[in-house]
Parts: sequence; C-alpha cells; structure tokens
Amino acid sequence: MAVVELDKVDRIIDRYVGEEGVLIQLLLDIQSELNWIPKEALERISERLKTPISQIYRVASFYKAMSLTPRGKHVVSVCLGTACHVRGGQRIMDRAKEVLSMTEGETTPDMKFTLERVNCLGCCALGPVVVVDGEYHGKVMPAKVEEILKGYD
Amino acid sequence: MPKLNSPAELEKLRHKILAKRDPKKPCITVCSGTGCHAYGSEKVNAAFAEEIKKQGLEGKIDIRRTGCHGFCERGTLVVIYPEEICYTNVQPEDAAEVVQSVKENKVVDRLLYTDPVTGEKTTYELEIPFYANQQRTIFGPNRRIDPQSIEDYLALGGYSALAKALTQMTPETLLEEVKRSGLRGRGGGGFPTGRKWEATHDAPGEPKYVIVNCDEGDPGAYMNRSLMEGNPHSVLEGLAIGAYTIGSHKGFIYVRAEYPLAVENVGIAIRQAEEHGLLGENILGSGFNFKVKVHRGAGAFVSGESSALMTAIEGKVGEPRSKYIHTSEKGIWDSPSCLNNVETWANVPLIVNNGADWFNSIGSERNVGTKIFSLVGKVNNTGLVEVPLGTSLRHIIYKVGGGIPGGKKFKAVQTGGPSGGCIPEQFLDSPVDFDKLSKLGSMMGSGGLIVMDEDTCMVDTARYFLDFLADESCGKCTPCREGIRQMLGILTDICEGRGKEGDIELLEELAEVVRDTALCALGGTAPNPVLTTLRYFRDEYKAHIEQKRCPAFVCKELISYYIDPAKCQACLICLRNCPVGAIDGEKGKIHVIDQSKCTKCGTCFEMCPNRFNAVTRISGEPVPLPPLEEERVIVRAEK
Repeated sequence: MAVVELDKVDRIIDRYVGEEGVLIQLLLDIQSELNWIPKEALERISERLKTPISQIYRVASFYKAMSLTPRGKHVVSVCLGTACHVRGGQRIMDRAKEVLSMTEGETTPDMKFTLERVNCLGCCALGPVVVVDGEYHGKVMPAKVEEILKGYD
Repeated sequence: MPKLNSPAELEKLRHKILAKRDPKKPCITVCSGTGCHAYGSEKVNAAFAEEIKKQGLEGKIDIRRTGCHGFCERGTLVVIYPEEICYTNVQPEDAAEVVQSVKENKVVDRLLYTDPVTGEKTTYELEIPFYANQQRTIFGPNRRIDPQSIEDYLALGGYSALAKALTQMTPETLLEEVKRSGLRGRGGGGFPTGRKWEATHDAPGEPKYVIVNCDEGDPGAYMNRSLMEGNPHSVLEGLAIGAYTIGSHKGFIYVRAEYPLAVENVGIAIRQAEEHGLLGENILGSGFNFKVKVHRGAGAFVSGESSALMTAIEGKVGEPRSKYIHTSEKGIWDSPSCLNNVETWANVPLIVNNGADWFNSIGSERNVGTKIFSLVGKVNNTGLVEVPLGTSLRHIIYKVGGGIPGGKKFKAVQTGGPSGGCIPEQFLDSPVDFDKLSKLGSMMGSGGLIVMDEDTCMVDTARYFLDFLADESCGKCTPCREGIRQMLGILTDICEGRGKEGDIELLEELAEVVRDTALCALGGTAPNPVLTTLRYFRDEYKAHIEQKRCPAFVCKELISYYIDPAKCQACLICLRNCPVGAIDGEKGKIHVIDQSKCTKCGTCFEMCPNRFNAVTRISGEPVPLPPLEEERVIVRAEK
C-alpha cells in the first residue's frame, strides 16, 4: 500500500483517538476515502487503537458498507427493494449481470464496474431504479441497461 | 448567534424572524427530498435561481428548497407561495414560464396536477386528492421548511414544546402526559412509549442514554428518512424532551449508511441548535444539559433491532442479544437506554404543545395519533401518506393512492417489511393499526405498504423476502441462520419448477420452529411472509408445485414468451429491442422467438404495440411450435 494512502489512514485515525466506540465510524471514513479497506489499514488501526486485528476484521467483514476488496471505478447499484422488485427489479439485475458478465458483488477485471444490489433507495416512485456513481436512472427496462452502462467510461 | 437563555428570549427571536418575513411575498419552493432529488430537483432549483436573476426579480421572489412533500410520483414538486399553487413533474425548462407567471400573478395550467381519471386539474397543493385525504400533523411542516434552516423551524413555532417542558413541567408530569397520550412506538412493535420512558427513568444507574432509531431497513419504507431529512429539528426537539423526562444527558441518532442526506441535515440541525442554546449546556437557561451525537450505520438490517443497534453504537458488530435483561436497564455500555423510532420522537413536541387529550382524539381505540406510511409498488400515487391510525387500507390505497395503474386488478398489499405479510383483497376494509394487522398474520411494522397487482407472484414474493432475510441474518442463532436458508431453498425449488409434494407442509413446519426459537425479532418474524402467502394464496403454491405453472407469469423457469403468428404484424419492434437477439424475423416476415436464446426478460411482451398484442406468455403448458418458414410471409392487401 502506498505511503500516501497510509498517511490518509493515519489522519482519519487521528480524528478518533481517545474516543470510545469509534471503530465503525473510523472504518466508514476509510472506506469513503479509499473506496475500500486494505489489509494494511486494518493493521494500522489495530496497532494504534491497541485492538486485536481479529476484532477489527470481524467488524469490517460484517457490514455491507465496508469492502475488503478494491471496488471498480463506477459502482452500479441495482435497487431490489420491495417496490422495485414488484416492478421487475430482478430482471434489471439479471440483465446487468449479463451485460457485465459477472454476478452481483463482483468487480470487472478491468476495474471499471462494481455491481451491487441495494435493498431500497427510497425513491420507489422511480422503480425499478439503477444508480451509477450517485446518478439515478428511473423506470429502467431490461433493454435499457446496456445503454445506461455504455454512458460510463 | 448568542445563546438563548430563557423561553422569553426564544419567543423574542421568533418574533424577530417573523417580523422579517413578509407573508405576501412570492416564494418558489422546490422539493429536495430524495425522490425529487432523483428526478433532478437540483437542476430545477438552479434553473429558478438563474431565471429570477435573468428576469431582474432578485429580492422580489424568494426561492426555498424544502423537505420531502411526499407526493413522490409527481416529482419534481414546486409550490408557489403565498397562494400554494402546486406544479408537478417540473423540469428545468419550465423555470422561465413559472417565474414569469409568478411575476404576472398567473397560473401555468399545463403544470397543474391533472386527475388521471377525470382529467380535472387542481390548482392548490392541499386540494389535490392525494393530500386532501390525509391528515398531516407530523409530516405537514416538511413542505414549509428548508431543512437546513433553524429559522424556518422556529418560524413555525419550533422548540416551544421544549421550552414549555423545561420550564413549566417536571419530568414526572411529562411522563404522565406521554403515558396518558397513548403514544405507541412507531418503529413497528407498538410498545407504549410512556412505559418505555418510565422503565428507563426508574432504572438505577448513570449515565442514561436516549437514542433515535433511523435505521429504517425495511425495503420499500422511507418515511423516517423523509422526516429526518426534511424536518430534523422536530426529531431533535422530541429527543431533548425525552432526555429531560428520563434524566439523560447524552443522545445518539443512529442513521443508516444509505441515507447520507439525513446524516448531513441532522448534523447541521444539531450544530444550529447548539449555537442557539437549544441543545448543549444549560438549555434555555434551565440548567439542563443535553448533547447529541450522530452514529452512521454501516449497512446491516439486523442492526435496526434495539439491542443490536446499541451494540453497534459501542463500535462493535451490531448483533442482537437475548433480552431477558431489558435495554431500558442495560443498554449502551450497560447503562439504562431508551430507544425510539424517528416518528415516535417527532410526535413528542406535538403532545407536549397540544396535550394528551388532543392526541387521544386522533385515531381509533388503543391506536391513537397519526402514522406515516410509505405507499409504493403497483399504485398510481407512490408517496408518503399520513393518516390517523385505524384508517382502512382501501382509503389509503384508493382514495389517497389513486388505485392500481393500468387497469390491473389489486392482489395484495404487503405490510410490515420482511417481518410482515401479504394481505389479500377481502381485508381491504380492515383498519390499519397495530392490533388488526397482527390478527391478519401480518404486522403494521414501521409503515411500508407495498401494493401488488395481478402481475405479482406470491410465491416469488415470499422467496424474495426470505432471500433478503437469509442475506441479512447475522448468523448468531441456528434457527434463523439455518431455518431461513432451508425455507429459501424450498421456495427457490418451487419457483424454479422443482417443487414436490410435501414442500408446503415442510415449509409450515420449518416456519413454526424458526418463529418459536429464533433469538431476536428478525428471525422470529421471518416466517411471516411465507405463512401469510400460504394462508391466503395457497392455490398459487399448488399451481407452481403440481402444474409447474406460475399464474402471475413471474417465475422465469416456469414461463415462456411466444409470438402468436396470427397476430404478429412483423413490425420489428420486439426484434430490435430484444437485448439478446433471440427474435428472428424481418419486415413482412412473422417474428419467432428462439426459446433457447430467450432470457425471459419480458421486453418483447412490453414493447409489442397494444393494437397487435402478439406476444403472449405461456406457463404450465408447452410452447406451440413456430410456424413453418413458408407460413411466415405476411401478405398485405394492396392499398
């Protein structure tokens, strides 16, 4: 892991040193800064918070918002909340899997796309919804998935 | 901003804010809730700002971004004050015309709400049937408030309940008032709030904690988020009153990872309240101290359970524990802790200001007050609906929700999230409250109402929820971890055509064991989606198992798409849109689906023009053979 990145990790830890119950918040910050949580970051937290690495790993592997593998440049989230599901969300997910030739939770080998399911984004009026890098695509049809993904380089 | 040291100073500030405001001055408000945001309300807002500048009306027309109005179906929503003219589906291109109309005191007819059935237009926001059939006591202020402005909240009387509580009431009288109000927890359980507060109040040990549960994990439910994003001060005010009553000086707001805007807005609200002396040390000069901290969740459904949520606040893995010792006695760091849902806390200032009797007068017996529901799925008016408890499902779905789109038939409404169940048509007149829905085998839950029509497969729905729960089970106890997985396996088999005799009985047996032995509510209620669909839609299970037929044409393995050669006009539409190139044909040549290539995405079925209706769905019977090559030529009569 690059020195620069460990510096970032250190700066995040600095914000929390001495406070109680900060592990989840700290890991979330690292996740949003680096887009994933590398092993070296877990080791650094363990060292500085004097917490066994097994405990930190347990937290980092339990929560969905934390990724222990690098994620792609574009994160494609297909909403499979109940409202999207009854409006055909699964067919959108199936199509996305076909287009990207991988299953949910994976990243393309060229690190371009990570495909995720989300369990409700709360914009049910637009269902089925696909969000790419925070940009919403509403009332998606299976035939439109490929076109949407082509819009991201 | 100097801190407010007394209720009198708060009132003085309120008068000052109101004096600055001219109620007659035109103001364009743009909904900036997540729904409208997804429609692009940011761009609409920017277009208005630019247009006002362009037309030289700066200072003459105000713009305000507001919290969620709830009529998400018609976003972006724009309301023009003081008349409260409501425009729906507003696009950035509409800005010039709207600004012009405000200047000339006119109405832009084409942007008004048009009733899909009668074609009648409605000018004023609250006269739109969607709103007119609601009673919005908690959610109402959202549309008038910029969530990032404490002044807007103060202008509407904000923090007057806190002032009253701190200076005119004792913790004991407050406790009595909340108990007498009959308020029950809005997160789903429906436990009497007053009794919960009392237990924490009476529990020995210091410090005590109060917690807002904004984890809202139920898919299809987003009312908590809209309140937290749209009117965060109302939640903070309720929380502070609760803290004072219970004897707590530290509060936590737990917000799920997927709600960044809620985290942002409540963070701003806390800062503003502290600056004004409405949170922090010596609140309003009363000597009462109360600090609030936001804890972001990290994506775990089970962490919304109260004991799990408290463990997560400690920075640990958010797993539930068995609650023979209540969290009101031993919660966060083994201290007495009181956790309530966002909406429960938001009710508190209303009760303090208006009294328990007022609150009691809304709703039905043992189910008082209003409740916000998230009405979604196959319904015309997707959105957030606030009605008195005890209102019928029919009123919510048809009067407020405008019924089922596309002339389809209503099949069921799913309530209570993954812990709830599906309620069929014969119970549409049932009042929605904590007790009645439980009797039907479902539960009210936090307020998600997912409407399903004839195109929804109930076996697939049960499978969907168990898939969700299998994914979210923390794995701590065996019945939940293994039981859900086994039930999911059976349901998947049924949906994919491998169902066999005895599956239904085995499902029922497993459901019973999981229900009776799981550690927490996630596991204990997990069988509900299976049990209610079995109770009301057993025939659909049987069709899947015995005839390998999916009556709703949803389960991919059991259906096929077929082009009726007698109806196909070889228009090329399905052929061009098929994402996998499974359709063969050309102009003048009847199209045929290659069943081995078809992924059953349904695109051809949706795209085939209504006047032809040539694509049909087949289930439970073999697909007819395609026409012979020579029969595929369409001979059209000469014009």
